[in-house]
Amino acid sequence: MFVPFLVFRNAFRHKLRTTLTIIGIVVAIVAFGLLRTIVDAWYLGAEATSSARLVTRNSISLVFPLPYNYAQKIRQVPGVTAVAAANWFGGVYITESNFFPQLAIDPGPYLDMYPEYRLSDAERKAFLLDRQGAVVGRRLAERFGWKIGDRIPLRGTIYPGTWTFTLRGIYDGADAKVDENQFFFHWALLNERIKQIYPRRADSVGVYIVEINEPGRAAAISEQIDAVFKNSLAETLTETEKAFQLGFVAMTETILVAVQAVSFVIILIIMAVMANTMAMTARERYSEYATLKAIGFSNGFVAFLIFAESLGIALVGGAIGIALTFPVTRAFGAALANLFPIFAVSRETILMQVGCALVVGVIAALIPAWRAARVRIVDGLRAIA
Amino acid sequence: MNDVPPAALVEIRNLSKSYVRGDQVIPVLVGIDLDVAAGDFIALMGPSGSGKSTLLNLIAGIDKPSGGQIHVAGVDIAQLTEGELAAWRAAHVGFIFQFYNLMPVLTAFQNVELPLQLTGLSRRERHERVDNALALVGLADRMEHYPNELSGGQQQRVAIARALIADPTLIVADEPTGDLDRVTAEEILDLLGALNRELGKTIVMVTHDPRAAGRAARLVHLEKGVLVD
Repeated sequence: MFVPFLVFRNAFRHKLRTTLTIIGIVVAIVAFGLLRTIVDAWYLGAEATSSARLVTRNSISLVFPLPYNYAQKIRQVPGVTAVAAANWFGGVYITESNFFPQLAIDPGPYLDMYPEYRLSDAERKAFLLDRQGAVVGRRLAERFGWKIGDRIPLRGTIYPGTWTFTLRGIYDGADAKVDENQFFFHWALLNERIKQIYPRRADSVGVYIVEINEPGRAAAISEQIDAVFKNSLAETLTETEKAFQLGFVAMTETILVAVQAVSFVIILIIMAVMANTMAMTARERYSEYATLKAIGFSNGFVAFLIFAESLGIALVGGAIGIALTFPVTRAFGAALANLFPIFAVSRETILMQVGCALVVGVIAALIPAWRAARVRIVDGLRAIA
Repeated sequence: MNDVPPAALVEIRNLSKSYVRGDQVIPVLVGIDLDVAAGDFIALMGPSGSGKSTLLNLIAGIDKPSGGQIHVAGVDIAQLTEGELAAWRAAHVGFIFQFYNLMPVLTAFQNVELPLQLTGLSRRERHERVDNALALVGLADRMEHYPNELSGGQQQRVAIARALIADPTLIVADEPTGDLDRVTAEEILDLLGALNRELGKTIVMVTHDPRAAGRAARLVHLEKGVLVD
């Protein structure tokens, strides 16, 4: 118990200095955790995908629609078990700041393809029977206080006019990765209204969600689907749901790289601060280290004392930082719930935080420990005498 | 280790020490021959820069000579590696410094116990020894005090107890009264004298103070790195 006691007493010899250093580490670890969680949240859409689902879109761009009759042809491709249309709606609920994704879907096949959206049989039936019905995720319903039967008006931006829906169901995600911030309604309703106001834009969909029976053949089936529509007026591009989601992430990749770089720069800065603290600490104690060595303690023991102190401070700061990361990310996630529907600290982030604290502790102690171990006893003793 | 039969506890032959500063070689000790018998109490005296502290450091094994031999209890310590020297010091040398060099974060008790952490003694044995050592230097009632709660004289007593605790072959003291007032210095010198007379401890002490030197059994003078008598 002697060594831990000595390390502890040494670490808190300058309480203010040690406390400020720990606070610095706490802030760095929390900031690191928060930034990593932001990056994770960005990728979470891709994480929550299924390898048994493909997305078929217009090969020119996502903004160009596909004919609705493609569904039948896609369904005939070997390996395809189901097809559902999905169309981005882009409506506004009261104000633009209330953003949430809205999709017009083929309700039956779409809900069958997404078993992770858990909806009661009664609510599912009510939704399927009501062409003006809508289904929303639990978090979205809680955010606006919606209840079953509520009338929800959306102001169309892509499709003008006010669209009023009746809430028929609220789904729960099967796990924490499932987005509970979405709004689904009948594609048939959308198409019906478009026929009235823009007849030439009718019978078209944004993307097709395609369910396949062999995820291992996703690439081959994708090629087969695209081959069906080759040289047509609307050629298709089929990819896995994950690749489709990552395509969105790629649009903001530069920002993500910058965020990741900043998270590591923060760790580098605190490493420099910590190294300075340990260098000052060791320099002040050269005579004590020399005394220990004169008494018979080895160079390694002296180096160990410095490493243990540095690691101790870094790990205390790291532990507090990790503990604080949870409430901070919760508050951050709540404030930006419409941007990041799922915002949770991952196990990998916690492990990286622990790793960063360890690395900071070790690197900060390297040079001071090496110097203290190498200092000649007579020179060290002269530091006082 | 080159072991020879111990004619004297400390046997120094043709010892030299020099420092290199740039292109210059500065001799500090030149051709020193000195014997210290077991149970002796020697005072090394001389003006500043005469090399007395350097000689003490060499005898204590915290510095390496440039030439010559130092045998302590039959061991040629000049031939020992750094690791071997550390183990040798732990077993054979007790240090008393001018500024006490106590660990400020440890109590008097813990400071005295420090050298015993390097031994295989049980906790109970260590505590017994520390209790006895602190009683011997008259600080049994101050064992839970930290150095900054003790006077200079008391701190030096703690340092003496620490030097004694592992029952070393040799005690080296570098200006042990240099930072103390006259009355306290006398008390410390009384204590060192008692350790020498009553416990038979071999003491090599560096001092500027003729009064302190007068307490030693033998005086050795150094001038410009050479023994003058």
